[in-house]
Amino acid sequence: MTNPVPHSCLALFAGLALSASALAGQVQVAVAANFTAPIQAIAPAFAKATGHTLVAAFGATGQLYAQIEHGAPFEVFLAADASTPAKLESAGLGVAGSRFTYAIGRLVLWSARADYLDGSAAVLKANQFQHLAIANPKAAPYGLAASQVLAKLGLSAALQSKLVEGQSITQTLQFVSTGNAELGFVALSQVYQGGRLSRGSAWVVPDDLHGPIKQDALLLKKGEHNPAASALIEYLQGPQAAAIIQSFGYQL
Amino acid sequence: MIDRLFGGKPLAPPHKEQNLIRARFKIERPGFVLDVDLSLPGRGISALFGHSGSGKTSCLRCFAGLDQAPDAYLQVNGELWQDSATGQFVAPHRRALGYVFQDANLFAHLSVRRNLEFGHKRIPAHSRRVPLEQAVELLGIGHLLQRMPENLSGGERQRVAIARALLTSPRLLLLDEPLASLDLKRKLEVLPYLERLHAELDIPILYVSHSPDEVARLADHLVVLEEGRVQASGPLKETLLRPDLPFLFEEDAEAVVDGSVSHYDPDYRLLSIRLSGTDAVLQLTHAPLATGKPVRVKLKARDVSLSLHQARDTSLLNLLPARVEHWLTLANQAQILVSLRVGDERMIARITRYSFDKLGIHAQQALWVQVKSVSLLASD
Amino acid sequence: MPLTQADFNAVLLSLQLASLTTVLLLLIGTPIAWWLAQTNSWLKQPLGAIVALPLVLPPTVIGFYLLVSMGPHGYIGQLTQSLGLGTLTFTFTGLVIGSVFYSLPFVVQPLQNAFEAIGRAPLEAAATLRANPWDAFCTVVLPLAKPGFMTAAILGFAHTVGEFGVVLMIGGNIPGKTQVASVQIYNHVETLEYAQAHWLAGGMLAFSFIVLLALYSSRRRGRQGWQ
Repeated sequence: MTNPVPHSCLALFAGLALSASALAGQVQVAVAANFTAPIQAIAPAFAKATGHTLVAAFGATGQLYAQIEHGAPFEVFLAADASTPAKLESAGLGVAGSRFTYAIGRLVLWSARADYLDGSAAVLKANQFQHLAIANPKAAPYGLAASQVLAKLGLSAALQSKLVEGQSITQTLQFVSTGNAELGFVALSQVYQGGRLSRGSAWVVPDDLHGPIKQDALLLKKGEHNPAASALIEYLQGPQAAAIIQSFGYQL
Repeated sequence: MIDRLFGGKPLAPPHKEQNLIRARFKIERPGFVLDVDLSLPGRGISALFGHSGSGKTSCLRCFAGLDQAPDAYLQVNGELWQDSATGQFVAPHRRALGYVFQDANLFAHLSVRRNLEFGHKRIPAHSRRVPLEQAVELLGIGHLLQRMPENLSGGERQRVAIARALLTSPRLLLLDEPLASLDLKRKLEVLPYLERLHAELDIPILYVSHSPDEVARLADHLVVLEEGRVQASGPLKETLLRPDLPFLFEEDAEAVVDGSVSHYDPDYRLLSIRLSGTDAVLQLTHAPLATGKPVRVKLKARDVSLSLHQARDTSLLNLLPARVEHWLTLANQAQILVSLRVGDERMIARITRYSFDKLGIHAQQALWVQVKSVSLLASD
Repeated sequence: MPLTQADFNAVLLSLQLASLTTVLLLLIGTPIAWWLAQTNSWLKQPLGAIVALPLVLPPTVIGFYLLVSMGPHGYIGQLTQSLGLGTLTFTFTGLVIGSVFYSLPFVVQPLQNAFEAIGRAPLEAAATLRANPWDAFCTVVLPLAKPGFMTAAILGFAHTVGEFGVVLMIGGNIPGKTQVASVQIYNHVETLEYAQAHWLAGGMLAFSFIVLLALYSSRRRGRQGWQ
């Protein structure tokens, strides 16, 4: 779900704060939906540190891939997986060697009801619910991870008829937060803020139940000669960004 | 014909109000007023005459119940259709009436036959007093039955619409300017059928028109409407001659007289018409008509002049002895309409005020009228 | 052709959804359109505006409201739960309800236009020919409005087949229940299966074109027919 208001405000804010800087450049960033909240926190910090403005467009990784492939003016791509940026890089749309993992996502089984989950997989195994929401495993890395968890717990067959799929991790969160699905696998970053759960109840899924959700960044060809783009790539690998990213429940 | 059509059944149950139509409609809206209170004969053709915007059509729609006047009373030959005092209102589809709309309003998706059958099959078989074949024959539309309305001329559409209305065996037939949308040729095509209706069916007809010719030709009773109010209501010939209604036909003031064919001269193609109550005859060039046949003649006031003596040396054919009844000065102050009696009939002359004074015209004066032009209205 | 069984099932489901929705829309839309065409009530404009809302709202807005209201805490959800039906999100029934809302103007507006074009005159003629209002509606208005019904049914059907946002929001992508063709195209695009996406998308394009071509051709014939 892209919402143009917050990031245009963000750009405005950053622009105003640094209007004095003669070096101020701008970078267009395509951002995977699950990273919406962190990038909004990173933008002003990035502007303060470098004088450059970050303009973000949000979407599902596959959708952003299609847009980049067809000439969208993005200069940096923050994907929700590792394979999509790799594909772009090998297709010559990214700057070779610029790809790196900017965050490792954490999967969480979450319910909007405060007393529903007890920090374990017990509710999942008890199978007393109507709907379990996951992101489309073929389209979204968090969906793939969720299906791996179900397989590992031996619940795939038992829960097949309870599954409802969101097209993105954002939509999956919607299904759960509106109560249409009692529980669902979402990104920890979506329900986690300032180091703790912002609402509802959850089971943070142990890393060993699914493959790593490596989220890779790539400097795109269009941003190759933009100092602001290079600055962002550099900033994302620095300690300031790392602190912000971790505060949203990602690993590094 | 009437016997054939109605099989001798009575038209309405016996009732003291039979043969009378009582109607009172009052509608007041911004920019529009209809305030009429009418007593009309329960048989024959009553014309609602007036300029456009005078409320004729609104009045007719109230008769049909298509518009509901908040203050209204309507009784037709003993049947109460609306009484706002008791809140009674008979819905249009429950009223035994036929309505012919100005633009025919045939159903575009139905053939002529299906249009005719639409109303016919919706009344119980025992109340069908007009068989389909008779209506078709009366209106001369037998060759049109398989056609769709879009393939009919304007005149044909109106005839189908009239037949369609008749086939509901109405107790009251309402005609809303059925000829208004037709050119002269089509008018002349439909008019004879309307006259046949009048002559052959005993259904009271309310006929809305703004055409003096149509009214003069068809009506028995005339109601003049002006700005939603009744200016005059009475038998046609009396009302046409009312001196207080100069607006009636204004410049086209005219009289209608009845007579019968007394002679035909084939050599000069001259038809003589004897007026009732006098030996005087009117003559005009015309095709032959049977002696004794009743005819109706229209005389325009501007074609009638007056003379104190019987002129001998004139090309005018029609010189009739007359007696002055009364007169009216027109708004321009230069012309006067003089009402005259010839035998049992009345006619009007339009002369200048100068001539009026010069001739010293006074009431009950005997003089001669000279008629320049005469036209035959009905020849049924 | 690289289409899978899931693709064919999705197409079949789209057609089922569109057929059922169209039938329901004609049943619901006819009285609404008739009322809108006839009334002088002050409610005419507000109701007309509500019916037209899906024309201007992004489908995701309707989808979002449906998701919330059909959910366990929403008004519709509470009603369906109290009737023992559970919640309607992620069900075919839920999609039908969502589609009815979403495609409503595409059915109501052509019908309303048709009724308004017919006007009062044929009804008045029918009344003076002893037809009661219901009789007149069935024997005069319905046949005269036939081109309007054709347009309404075709647009309602085609629009439902093409519906995406609402289905996406309340469907849950369940094969055989809520995974319709438009969502399946999105799935293929998302997973970079462009060949399958092309086949489905091309099929939808051809379908939409043929439907609209049929509609415009029939309109042209209709015009010639009535004059």
